Amino acid sequence: MAGVASSSRQRSKIAPYLMILPALAYLGVFFVVPFFTLLKTSLSTSGGSIYLPTLSFAWKFGNYSHAFSTYQDQIIRTFTYALVATLLCLVLAFPLAYVIAFKAGRYKNLILGLVILPFFVTFLIRTIAWKTILADDGWVVTALGTVGLLPSEGRLLSTSWAVVGGLTYNWIIFMVLPLYVSLEKIDPRLIEASKDLYSSNRRSFTKVILPLSMPGVLAGSLLVFIPASGDFINADYLGSTKTTMIGNVVQKQFLVVKDYPAAAALSMVLMAIILVGVMLYTRALGTEDLV
Amino acid sequence: MTSQGMPVVVEAVERPATEPKTIKGSPRWGDLILRVVAGLVLLYLFVPIFVIILFSFNNPQGKFNYTWQGFTLNNWAHPFKYPALADALKLSLNVAAVSTAIAVVLGSLVAIALVRQRFRGQSAVDTFLVIPLTAPEVVFGAALLTLFLDLGWAAGYVTILIAHIAFEISFIAMTVRARMRGFDWTLEDASMDLGANPSRTFFKVTLPLIIPGIVAAAMLSFALSLDDFIITYFVSGSTVTYPLYVNAAVKAAVPPQINVLATAILVISLILLAVGTLYRRKRIDV
Repeated sequence: MAGVASSSRQRSKIAPYLMILPALAYLGVFFVVPFFTLLKTSLSTSGGSIYLPTLSFAWKFGNYSHAFSTYQDQIIRTFTYALVATLLCLVLAFPLAYVIAFKAGRYKNLILGLVILPFFVTFLIRTIAWKTILADDGWVVTALGTVGLLPSEGRLLSTSWAVVGGLTYNWIIFMVLPLYVSLEKIDPRLIEASKDLYSSNRRSFTKVILPLSMPGVLAGSLLVFIPASGDFINADYLGSTKTTMIGNVVQKQFLVVKDYPAAAALSMVLMAIILVGVMLYTRALGTEDLV
Repeated sequence: MTSQGMPVVVEAVERPATEPKTIKGSPRWGDLILRVVAGLVLLYLFVPIFVIILFSFNNPQGKFNYTWQGFTLNNWAHPFKYPALADALKLSLNVAAVSTAIAVVLGSLVAIALVRQRFRGQSAVDTFLVIPLTAPEVVFGAALLTLFLDLGWAAGYVTILIAHIAFEISFIAMTVRARMRGFDWTLEDASMDLGANPSRTFFKVTLPLIIPGIVAAAMLSFALSLDDFIITYFVSGSTVTYPLYVNAAVKAAVPPQINVLATAILVISLILLAVGTLYRRKRIDV
């Protein structure tokens, strides 16, 4: 960057500010301000009719304790589902990313393309397809029933497993790709060196490959965990009333029941838990190299 | 796809192809197991896609296209049988085009300023751009809704546009910036040394260098907008975009035409992807 900095194109002191101003002003108004109105709404009381609710700001912290006590189940469920889905993504994505990075040879770009391809189909339609696949009279349920893995009246649809499976499927690409990027950066000579020093395959995996892939694990986990904990589509399409997540409640309270303060408070809780979780997690893994 | 993860998709795909490296020395059977597992995971990614394509040829008897009833080409012959579906798709294409056009200008300007200029507060701007990509969509959608409620704006086409531009700007700025790193910027100095004025240099040297990156970012931003459901759901009022139509269909009736259009969009993306790759290869060869 030092060489670039001394180039001739930055004599003007105001030019860069003029260039960033429109975007920053836009994001200021339509990204930052909304979080303040959300905060304000979360501390308001609502009156009026369901069709035209009126809000008045009242420092009503009771909305928060209400959100915690009423939706305790959903809060716990949301983060459990998101956590399990993130772990499943990690377990499933690692072998695939490893093979693309180290074993695919000249088919590397083709396989990468194949990994991305399914995500050109609308997320909702992919989830509807899972509804078909997991249906009670579908071949998966029949097959599992025949093998005896599922009791005769057992279902897959409308269970927690279906929701977690949907969450895993919908965001696994964001685990595969960062893992691939960090594995791809590993110098193969490091692995050869560990072998030359009589390390077993397992040891070179745990002592060389795994530590060097940590930035990918970190980025991938966040990219799966954050959208998964905010999702409500999978719980809506693949789950039942017993599998509702925070997103379902927020969506319903905002758009159907129109209890804006309660919904806003719950959104703030979701955001806060995610932020704290992300901070603890980044600190634990000891890297801030996210992007 | 969600906007959060898009930069990493771009990074993975855009990585310069290093020489194929293979790690040897693992036992044969271990290697085989690894490859089989990877293959199965890849297959898992495609299972719903196969189902979607297959069910675009289904002839459902009831309202829901969930169980196989028989093969037909009817759905493909009449992809726009339901005017509401066609209208929703048209509206989504419109929103994607207009929002991307605006976000590309705003986002690219930021990217150019970040890479080509030195100014106070640069790293703060860098950090600020990442934040929109870390907020869960449901919270951002809800937050925007509270703003519009506060302002008393009716939700509809304009609020959808506003929301889409907001999540596209960061994405485009980061994608274009990533693409611009590593360019040979001394070309600009060369142009100035040869007597070109700054604006001529910009249009003849800088812009041609960064245009491919901007086009790629715009295409992905278009795809993001077309696919966005969660944020749009909060700010749409009674306006129906393509994903919103699909969501309403799940509750009422799922016509096979949804699968037909999804398959068609997949094929079109595939063609665009292939054309883009070939075009880039050709440019590198020259």
